[in-house]
This record gives sequence, structure tokens and C-alpha cells, in this order.
Amino acid sequence: MIKFILKGILRDRSRSLFPVLVVAIGVFLTVLFYSYMGGVMTSFLDTSAKFDTGHLKIMSRAYAENSDQMPNDLAYIGVERLMNELKKDFPGYVWTKRIRFGGLLDVPDDSGETRAQGPVAGLALDLFTPDSLEWKLLGIKDSIVQGNAPEKPGEILISDEFAKRLGISPGETVTLIGSTMYGSMAAANFTVAGTVHFGITALDRGAVVADVTDIQMALDMEDAAGEILGFFDNFVYREEEAGLAALKFNVKYEGEKDEFSPVMMSLHEQGGMIDMMGMINLYLPVLVIVFVIIMSIVLWNAGLIGSLRRYGEIGVRLAMGESKGHLYRSTIIESIFLGVIGTVIGTALALVIAFWLQEKGFNISQMMQSSTLLMNDVIRAKVTPMSFVIGFIPGLLSNVFGSSIAGIGIYKRKTAQLMKELEV
Amino acid sequence: MDNSYLIKTDELVKIFPMGKSKITALNHVNLQFKKAEFSGLVGPSGSGKTTLLNIVGSLDSPTEGSATVMGRKIEDLSHKQGAELRNRHIGFIFQTFNLLPVYTVFENVEFPLLLLGLSAQERKKKVMKALEWVQLADRVKSKPAQLSGGESQRVAIARAVVKEPKIILADEPTANLDAENSHNILRTLEKINRELETTFIFATHDEKVIRYLRRKITLIDGKVARDEVFENPVGKGEGQ
Repeated sequence: MIKFILKGILRDRSRSLFPVLVVAIGVFLTVLFYSYMGGVMTSFLDTSAKFDTGHLKIMSRAYAENSDQMPNDLAYIGVERLMNELKKDFPGYVWTKRIRFGGLLDVPDDSGETRAQGPVAGLALDLFTPDSLEWKLLGIKDSIVQGNAPEKPGEILISDEFAKRLGISPGETVTLIGSTMYGSMAAANFTVAGTVHFGITALDRGAVVADVTDIQMALDMEDAAGEILGFFDNFVYREEEAGLAALKFNVKYEGEKDEFSPVMMSLHEQGGMIDMMGMINLYLPVLVIVFVIIMSIVLWNAGLIGSLRRYGEIGVRLAMGESKGHLYRSTIIESIFLGVIGTVIGTALALVIAFWLQEKGFNISQMMQSSTLLMNDVIRAKVTPMSFVIGFIPGLLSNVFGSSIAGIGIYKRKTAQLMKELEV
Repeated sequence: MDNSYLIKTDELVKIFPMGKSKITALNHVNLQFKKAEFSGLVGPSGSGKTTLLNIVGSLDSPTEGSATVMGRKIEDLSHKQGAELRNRHIGFIFQTFNLLPVYTVFENVEFPLLLLGLSAQERKKKVMKALEWVQLADRVKSKPAQLSGGESQRVAIARAVVKEPKIILADEPTANLDAENSHNILRTLEKINRELETTFIFATHDEKVIRYLRRKITLIDGKVARDEVFENPVGKGEGQ
């Protein structure tokens, strides 16, 4: 019987082409949107984790409350001891200290007078410890545009865009003017080792990358750091595990009244991430449901038109002794078959484009000119195993649902009218 | 019940509601049909021919009285049981052939056997036998659109007889055919009736069909007005 149904589908294009096209288009959009949104969010989370939040972040309570202002006067003191404890208590993670700082970068001319000046947002990292993970984490070497990576204390990297704006070349000496963690003025000279382009507009506008020890000295932050970032040792974020680690850490310091006592936050607890991740988790199912409903309505109508066109055939089949249940089931089998074909076509087409977008990406730097989001300028899709199967939800559901509603007409058909109907 | 009858109606009444009034399509009809009858229901439009065929074909149920087909009371059958009765024992021939357009001649004739769940080998054997009866064995791969009206009706006949049903109900089977094709079809049906001992009941007012009948039941206003039996129908031998 299934073979009989398949023959009918393959030979009667008007019965198969439209449903297959509708399903293929819907599935195509679902899979592409899913892969693209997956890429956007992965990129956003990945970039945020690497440059800002880590998978876990430890700050002093006071710093955490005002972290947007980079309040180094509230930085945590006793970083080395705490990091040793973290390595012991949380063995599945790697830890690194960072200082985010703001200031003015002054470029002198030959006579020592100011030639150019500009505000900078600095990031102090552990650059010189032999097993430092920062090089790999931020892809520093791959981001260098001119000059070299810092090789010794006193060398820094500045963003290529900023260097061009201020007319700075590698090898030049610049002065960082800022304030110490105790509020007094600080000025320190650095040599520009090279320029970098991270591909993140928010950083590339005016970033300075320096060694954390240099900045601790410059800003009088001995054994202090604004933030200690923790990453899963395989660099794959696991929300639940990170939340439990933060809970475990915070329980330990729960009783302390000191506003400088440490507090740990997981990635999703920082900067509205929890809301954003909640939205993502909500959006995709909603999207799939919306597609299912829209496609079901279209396919329901297609099914009704098909039923009208095949009115005679259905009547003959009933007259010949096919039960209504059997006939109804055969239309469902037909819809499953068409749904699978449409889904495979839609998924295949979407994956071709998603793979292309994964490789080439989509440059949104023009839209990110004034953005402060830590997002890559090139947004890429991400093809995951889920991308291969997610289309089956709207593809099969909508077709089966549409046919199920349209097929109700079979039950409403009065067999007593068949003779008259079939005389037309 | 007398078991020698394939079909028996007792005081059969069918009333259709028509707005506030009611139309009595069948009014206390008492008929019996034996095995291998070649009979027809004749009468003007609205006399109840198709209604009676519907009830005998388990497509409809009586309002009052009883209709027994192959020992089963139609009024007691569920939809599924009715479908099963049609599937196993009753074949239909329609005025407009009603072949499935996307399927070949072979597949159209094969369809009732698929519903019976026969094996591919059995199906092929029976389909070819049915097509030989109607002399279309050489057109197995043709589509309905490639057939003439007469050929299409012959395929419809093959589809009705392929499962070798006890009863074939034919509603105006020659209405869309010319005289020559009508005679060919009627001769084919008569041959099937003779060889397979299938009971035929026609609903018709086509004089060509009436001339072939061995039993003519005239219905007027839902009642049996006349029930005539002919030993030698005048149509036999016509059109040759």
C-alpha cells in the first residue's frame, strides 16, 4: 500500500510539489536561522568570555557592584594567595588575573612635547609567565598588524586603528597617564612593540594591551587585580557546572562582612547575560513553533485543495471498501513522506549556506561603529549536530498537522452521497 | 432467513429529511436477489433506484425495515464493517468510470486487491485475469487519459470484478458510452455474470441495458411497481 501511495505522490506533481516546496522553504529558514543565531551567540559568548567575563570571574564585592566603571581603587588585594587556593579548590579550571584600566596615552615628539594624545581602554594580562594562557586565549599573535608581540617588560600593544589615528609606529615610546588604586596620579612610559586588530570594534577603537605586572607597578597595585578570570580547562562553557562552582566559592566567603572580600560570578550571571541567554533559549523554540503554525496553515490549505482535487479518488476508494480510518492514515503516511523529502531538501540547502557563512562570515563592522558590545565584527554561522535535525521538527510536524486537519474532511464525507458525487 | 438469497430487503423504508418536510425514497420495499441474477432497477429519476443501490452496497442504512446482504444486516453494520463488506463482496461500476488518473490500468485494477492484503504474485495473477475478461491485457501500462470511453469503462469493470465479488452494483454504466461500446460492455458483463455467477444489479433507464436484463424491477415513487423475469432477454445477441 505504501508503494502505491508513493507512486501516486511521485507521479502527481501537484500533489507533492507544493507541500515539498513549502516544507523545504520553512525548514531552510529554520535551519539557517538556527545555525546563524547559534553562531552569533557562540561568538558573542566566546568573545565576552575571553575578553571580559571569563567562564568564572572573581572580584571584590565592591568592585563587582561597580564593575562597569573599572574601579581599580576597589580591586582585590592578595591575588597570588587566592589564585593558589583556586588552583587547589577548583582543579578543572585555569585561572588568570587581569586589570582593566582607563587613561590617557600621550605621544611625545622629538623634543618631548606632546605630539598626540588619546583616551585608551587598557587590558592588563599575564604576558610573560611561561605557561600563560592569554596568548592563545586572545589570539594575540594572530592579531598583530605591525611590529611584534611584547617580549619584555615595558612593552605594550596598541590597537592598529588607534595607532593610525595618533600616528604611532612600533618602537616609539608612549606615556600612559592614569591614576593609582589609591587615587593619586600615575604616569609610566611604555614602548609600543606592535599594533593589533582583534576584529572587535569595541576593543579596536582604542585598546592598549600590557603585561599585568607592568600595570600593577604603574598603578601601584602590588598583589592586586581587578579581576581573576577562570576558564574550564577545555575552554567549553558549561553553565550549570559554572553556577555550582560560583555557589561553592561564595558559600565559603558568605559570612564575611568586608566589602573587599571576593565574590565569584559565572559567565551567565554577568552583564545581563542571564537575560540574554534566557532570550536565546526562548527565541529558538518560539521560532520553530511560529514556523510550524505558519507552515501548518499553508499546508492545511494545500491539503484542502488537494482533497478537493482528489475528491473523486477518495470517493472511489471509499466505495471500493477502503475504511475512512485507513484512508486517513494513508494521507498521514503521504504527508510524512512529503515532510521528510521537504525537510531533507530544506536542511541540505540551509546547511550549504550555513557552512559558507561559517567559513566566510558576515561583516557587520559598519553596524558596530558605536557599539560597546564585545562582539566579533565578522559574524559566522555555526553548524552543530542540532543543525542537521532541527528542521525535522517544523518539517514533519507542520505537514502532518496540516494533513491531519485537512483529512478530517474524509470522516465528514457521507458515503450515501458517493454514487451521486461520482456521477459528476 | 432464506440462505439462498444473497440480498433480501424486508419492508425497507428510506426517508430523507428535506428542510421541514420529508421525502420517502423507498417505501416498504420487499425484494430478494439470488446468486447469478442479472437484474436491473428501472424507473424515472427520483424513483429510489440509487437509494436502493446505496443501501444494498452498504453505503447508506435504512430508516425502517431491514436489508440483508451476504447474511449481514446493513442497518447493524458499523462504518468499518460496511467498508469490509464492500471490500470483500461488492464491486461498483460507475457512470463516469472514476479511474484514478495517475495510476496505470494495471494499478487501477490492482487497487481493491491491495485493500484485501493479497501478495504481489496473487495480485498480478488476478489483475491479468480480470483484464483478459475485458480484453485489455495489452493495455496494462496505459494511463486512463490514454484510453477511450469504452476502454475506460472496461477497466472500471475489471476493477470491479478483480476480487471476484458476489455482487456487482452498476449505476448507469453505459450512460457515457455510444451504442457500440454499450453493447460491448453489456456483453462483457453478461459473460462475467455467466462465468463467475456474479449477481448484477443495475440502476438504469437506458433502454440498451434494459434489453439485456433477465429481471427488471420497476420502481415508482419508492415502491416496487413491477418485478418481471425474462427467460430470453431481447438484448442478447444485439450489437454483434
